[in-house]
Amino acid sequence: MSNAVIRKTLISLAVAGAATLAQADVVIGVAGPHTGAYAAFGEQLWKGAEKAAMDINAAGGINGEMIKLVKADDACEPKQAVSIANRLVDSDDALAVVGHFCSSSSIPASKIYEEAGVIMVTPASTNPTLTDQGLPNVFRVCGRDDQQGDVAASYIVDKLNAKRVAVIHDKDTYGKGLADAMKATLNSYGVKEVMYEGLTRGEKDFNALITKIRSVDADVVYFGGLHSEAGPLVRQLREQGSKAIFISGDGIVSDEFVSVAGSPEYVDGVLMTFGAPPTSYPSGKKVIQEFRDSGYEPEGYTLYSYTAMQVAVAALANNNLDPIKGAEWLKSHSIDTVMGKKDFDDKGDLTVSDYVMYEWDGQGKYNVVE
Amino acid sequence: MDIVLQQLVNGLTLGSVYGLIAIGYTMVYGIIGMINFAHGDVYMVSAYITAIAIAILTFFGIESFPIIIVGTLFLTVAVTGAYGWVIERIAYRPLRSSSRLAVLISAIGMSLILQNYVQLSQGANQQGVPTLLTGAIRFSVGDGFVQITYMKLFILFVSLLGMGILTYVIQKTKLGRMCRATQQDRKMASILGIDTDKVISTVFVIGAVMAALAGVLVTLDYGAFDFYVGFIIGIKAFTAAVLGGIGSLPGAMLGGLILGLSEALFAGLISSDYKDVFSFSLLVLILIIRPSGLLGKPEVEKV
Repeated sequence: MSNAVIRKTLISLAVAGAATLAQADVVIGVAGPHTGAYAAFGEQLWKGAEKAAMDINAAGGINGEMIKLVKADDACEPKQAVSIANRLVDSDDALAVVGHFCSSSSIPASKIYEEAGVIMVTPASTNPTLTDQGLPNVFRVCGRDDQQGDVAASYIVDKLNAKRVAVIHDKDTYGKGLADAMKATLNSYGVKEVMYEGLTRGEKDFNALITKIRSVDADVVYFGGLHSEAGPLVRQLREQGSKAIFISGDGIVSDEFVSVAGSPEYVDGVLMTFGAPPTSYPSGKKVIQEFRDSGYEPEGYTLYSYTAMQVAVAALANNNLDPIKGAEWLKSHSIDTVMGKKDFDDKGDLTVSDYVMYEWDGQGKYNVVE
Repeated sequence: MDIVLQQLVNGLTLGSVYGLIAIGYTMVYGIIGMINFAHGDVYMVSAYITAIAIAILTFFGIESFPIIIVGTLFLTVAVTGAYGWVIERIAYRPLRSSSRLAVLISAIGMSLILQNYVQLSQGANQQGVPTLLTGAIRFSVGDGFVQITYMKLFILFVSLLGMGILTYVIQKTKLGRMCRATQQDRKMASILGIDTDKVISTVFVIGAVMAALAGVLVTLDYGAFDFYVGFIIGIKAFTAAVLGGIGSLPGAMLGGLILGLSEALFAGLISSDYKDVFSFSLLVLILIIRPSGLLGKPEVEKV
């Protein structure tokens, strides 16, 4: 390299440095389980948010200011969620947060964001309590577990005609909330569950529980929880020779579900409720193509996270970076996102719920049940 | 009836795994009077080595189950044994003459180091291994049936074999005699010419080997694991060791079986929500009646 080239490089670096100094960054936190047993979901959240931030920055940022993302890891533990929420609002000066993933983390963290006047848009926390708390700054771009439970219960009663339903949950805010919501609707249809029990998150041996499911002769096993327990559960269910239909919610929407279950044969026929295919919206075509070109399949909550970022950015951009005004503004405006137009009600829930039933096949992929 | 029998089968296999891991806790406690909190994480490491071993063997085109399982057991036991030796060498031996608390803290530190090291080097995601052995034996009982999968039979067989060999080694061989001598009085044993440091190292390796056996078996059976998997099972195995009388080898096996059976029967017949509450209440009850566990010897204060 000649001296002239080095000098040129140094000058251009200096100019670039000055340019970044001239504008303050807008800090947005991405909070979720970036490590731990549920890290696969954290990755979906991060990939979606990162891509959204890159695209928005490339298009000029928020009113000319660049977005700077801060990764905040809650490991799906409520205590850790509170401490990273405090960190995001205190030392990182985040104006908005995309996250968290687990409802048990989102609910305690949401109060901290409310006190600090920070917009929180969760791509994935479906527990009704989150928005029922009445906090003005909390939004979600996914559905609610009571809606999800309704869809599952109607499917069990109308399509499967099942009379003997075993309801299992993982004793966590999300899992138990979902199982309870499903159970309530099921009971309202006049079907009483034959069994209602919790298992312990982190364990791998559910044989005793499964023998019990066998003994009550269940046709359908409904599980409220995440894939790390759903995998061993469905595998051991099949190993014990039960042919009961296994249904779960959006907590298992990850390819990891297949590897945790051991092989695709065990997940064959497993049903799950999840929002209408996030990849089906025409407005998302370009982003999805770019994801696939980079070798990443935007599965599960990736596009939800992209959407959450767009919502948070729209609120800040249209209100001079004032998160409190932005939160107020969101409740009366539609946002164009990669998942179509999104409207929020007063609580911060979406006005339209779009849960549908999916089925896993023998190749380890999931498709909408027609 | 078939349900009760099935729960007994479930409990026996779970219990034998607890027993295998409990051996590591109980032998280390017996010989140097410390609780090796990193033991559950040694088990976790062995789960990862199992997956790596299977991947290596299948990479070389080996498909038959017996060769894979023997190869995996051999590799995992060897590597995990080495982990056991290294952990003792760097985390516990330098503290040999310090207070018991120092070693305990060192053990907790070791546990965190192992967890974070595996998380960083292998990723935080859930891992899975493919099913290698499928199928089950079924007996019809009344209207229903009781079944035991071949994998579960294999678990029972290997853990009984492992425990049997270990009991023989401790009771009948020269190495076992040295272990027992060191356990009874370390200073006296070293005066009599036993290299006690070497014996202690050996005990750590034996503990790690037993954890590795459990790691291979459980990983092949359940197929799923992550860097945190050693925590719950480690706590359960520790409970089993205390239940049976910590420091006693048959006690660890008995404790494991009792814990496994009580969990399975309680979860299966009453409620799985409270099975851990039941197991730990049982532990409290036994410790009230027999403070040193079922087969433990009361500690004699040395004057």
